[in-house]
Amino acid sequence: MYRLKIVPDDTDINFMGPWKYTFGLSMVLIAASIAVFFAIGLNFGIDFRGGTTIRTEATQPVDVGAYREALAPLNLGDIAITEVYDPSFRDDQHVASMRIQAPDDGEAVSPAVLAQVQSALQGVDPSITFASVESVGPKVSGELVQEAILAVLAALGAVLIYIWLRFEWQFALGAVAALVHDLILTIGVFVILQLRFDLAIIAALLTIVGYSLNDTVVVFDRMRENLIKYKQRPVLDVMNLSLNETLTRTLMTSFTTLIALIALFVLGGDVLRGFVFAMIWGIFVGTWSSIYVAAVIVKLLGVKRDWGKGGDKAGTQFATSSSK
Amino acid sequence: MLQFSLWKRALVILICLAAVVFSAPNLFYDRVERHNDAVAQIAAGNDTPELQAERALWPDWLPSDTINLGLDLRGGAHLLVEVRVSDVYADRIDALWPEVRDLLRTERATVGGVRRMPSDDPGVLRVAIGNAEGMQRALEVVRTLSQPMQTLTGIGQQDLDIHEDNGQIIVTLSEAERLATDDRTMRQSLEIIRRRVDEAGTREPTILRQGADRVLIQVPGVGSADEILDLIGRTARLTFHPVVRTTSNGNEAPGPRQVVYPAMNEQGVYYVLEQTAVVSGEQLTDAQPTFDQNGRPAVSFRFNPAGARAFGLYTAENIGNPFAIVLDNEVISAPVIQSAIPGGSGIITGRFTIEESTQLAILLRAGALPASIQVLEQRTIGPELGQDSVDAGKVAAVVAMAAVLLYMGLSYGFYGWIANVALMMNVAMIFAILSLIGGTLTLPGIAGIVLTIGMAVDANVLIFERIREELRTARGPARAIELGYERAMSAILDANITTFMTAAILYALGSGPVRGFAITLGLGIVTSVFSAIFVTRLIIVWWFERRRPKTLNL
Repeated sequence: MYRLKIVPDDTDINFMGPWKYTFGLSMVLIAASIAVFFAIGLNFGIDFRGGTTIRTEATQPVDVGAYREALAPLNLGDIAITEVYDPSFRDDQHVASMRIQAPDDGEAVSPAVLAQVQSALQGVDPSITFASVESVGPKVSGELVQEAILAVLAALGAVLIYIWLRFEWQFALGAVAALVHDLILTIGVFVILQLRFDLAIIAALLTIVGYSLNDTVVVFDRMRENLIKYKQRPVLDVMNLSLNETLTRTLMTSFTTLIALIALFVLGGDVLRGFVFAMIWGIFVGTWSSIYVAAVIVKLLGVKRDWGKGGDKAGTQFATSSSK
Repeated sequence: MLQFSLWKRALVILICLAAVVFSAPNLFYDRVERHNDAVAQIAAGNDTPELQAERALWPDWLPSDTINLGLDLRGGAHLLVEVRVSDVYADRIDALWPEVRDLLRTERATVGGVRRMPSDDPGVLRVAIGNAEGMQRALEVVRTLSQPMQTLTGIGQQDLDIHEDNGQIIVTLSEAERLATDDRTMRQSLEIIRRRVDEAGTREPTILRQGADRVLIQVPGVGSADEILDLIGRTARLTFHPVVRTTSNGNEAPGPRQVVYPAMNEQGVYYVLEQTAVVSGEQLTDAQPTFDQNGRPAVSFRFNPAGARAFGLYTAENIGNPFAIVLDNEVISAPVIQSAIPGGSGIITGRFTIEESTQLAILLRAGALPASIQVLEQRTIGPELGQDSVDAGKVAAVVAMAAVLLYMGLSYGFYGWIANVALMMNVAMIFAILSLIGGTLTLPGIAGIVLTIGMAVDANVLIFERIREELRTARGPARAIELGYERAMSAILDANITTFMTAAILYALGSGPVRGFAITLGLGIVTSVFSAIFVTRLIIVWWFERRRPKTLNL
């Protein structure tokens, strides 16, 4: 029977050899992401900065200039209008998305204003329908920012504690450093591409955390096992061995997940696209960071070599049983 | 080797069968939904042949729970409003003033003249008295207005905080009473909003209290959030009318400026009323369930100053005449005025049970929204956009599934297809559980399912890779399979527990669509571990017991 094999059975790739360069690259990318975050800033959606987004659909082609002109007399402040395109649209389906600033009084945009906007747009093109109209007041958006930050911090904290309990503190720090790396790089990409950053992207970020962690934990699990099995071998060797042993699994899982995500990216419609993009990006950085951030940090922090000698029973029960 | 006790096998098979049976209705979503609608209609007493035909679209004996589609998939309106609970303090305090004044007037000799002083905080009543020596007596008298709290949390506390400040009497609601009032305000607002949304006859509205002072309203299938806003911002119709006469003829022609309203709880009883109301529900500041002097359940109510004045004048002039308490054009009751009611508070008696008096109190308060509301968030999703999202999500999920199945099959051959069976079971389980718990599927939720399809094979990949490794060293295939499962377990558990934690956090801290994503992701983790560990294992053990292969071609 034909078998697809992406990785030969016995690989011996020196993953950790160039660790200084790869770790350096990660650090540079983190610094660059932070720099662009402060220099350019994220393109926040209404979830986080308040305002209104309106998605229009028309049978006539979108004329951004005419839309803008029609809305100008309403004095709504900064209005961003973009045409949306997706291969799944019908020939006579022309979609535009516009964003209106939030008023300063804490309320969402008033129904009266929305009605004015809608009639102004229908004046331009009577075929316009409003596929979605969403308003978020600044009061709520401020809270959503807080909740989002809280959610990410809580996730990182929970991971730190769990890995610390199940492994060792070096592993916990390594795993969390890898996650922070993934988050910062993802935010960096969103800044550079100016993709809209909204509540769904926070969900994507936490999924990246979950995925990256999944990957890191599998690698760590094998490292722990091998560190016990080969007590005398240098740490870098053991890490390389573990990475080679888990390579097939790493790639298999990355591939299947990528296949699913790419299907969603291409076919899932434009509403989800930013969200799916974040996750696809996360698969790459998550896989990378498991090796070149998490493992390197564990190496840098120094790792315990006398596993299984008393203590830590709870944390190493599976590992000790397989070292028999 | 490969121990798998009979009861465990039976359980696994049972769970898989249940997953298939309970997820099946989602494959026929439209039919099942129409069936369910018809069943609900028939249960409500509308039995027509058309409804019976609709009902027959899906057999009654099959499970008929389906996944709820979120607003982003079904289309509809979403509103988050804040109730300004502190509005109520001012109303309560205003309503207290006439009572305070009347009480102090009876003590005029010691207290002197009584004047209400301006207050920066509308929730504070400041009263100046003419005779400073009478302050102790004045406080004593005013304190008789304070009642012990009736709520569970406020036991032993008074509802009013009354003290002296710079020669003035300060009356405010006590902290405990404010909390209780806030809570009551929120319950009233929810009740009013619910009543009004229900009245519109929309399908399955969701009306939830969020946090201390917010209400979330989601109504599927409404064209615009504005429609809901019009509805819940509408004036309430609670009015007090003079009664002209009672009648049993609902079609009786009333005189000029008169109306005929039916009685709420009595069939065939109608009241002819003066059209002009003496006072209306907007002037009611409070209504509480209570008991009358005979210990029967009743409802006490209190008007604001304007209402109290009108009510007092009217009752003084019409002793012995009935007046009608009208809610939504129906007469709740029409008691006879026994005496003038000057303080603006009174009691409604009737043939109430305790539940009814409680409900009536809520309804009376519900006459007008107890506090103004502010729209914080408002979203309208058109049904077409939702349908487009569902269609796109379906296609993406099917393609993703097919690609992953093919890829697994190519990579692991026969074993890959075993994992694929588990993967399909996994998806069935997610849908079954979502249907049974009445979970809501949102657009990010679809993404969660697709992601799960991609990641679910991870546990099987870990196991297969481990078996491959063990095959090189272990004694025989049976041992290799056993060791493969055993040694892959720690990685599987650690990896999935950590991912599950992030899903749980997302659920706890997220809202709306994000929460929908967290649910599918979290469920997907649980079901994928179950299907990888138990379902594939069951199939492999089965196959192994029948074939007893000497080698594994993994």
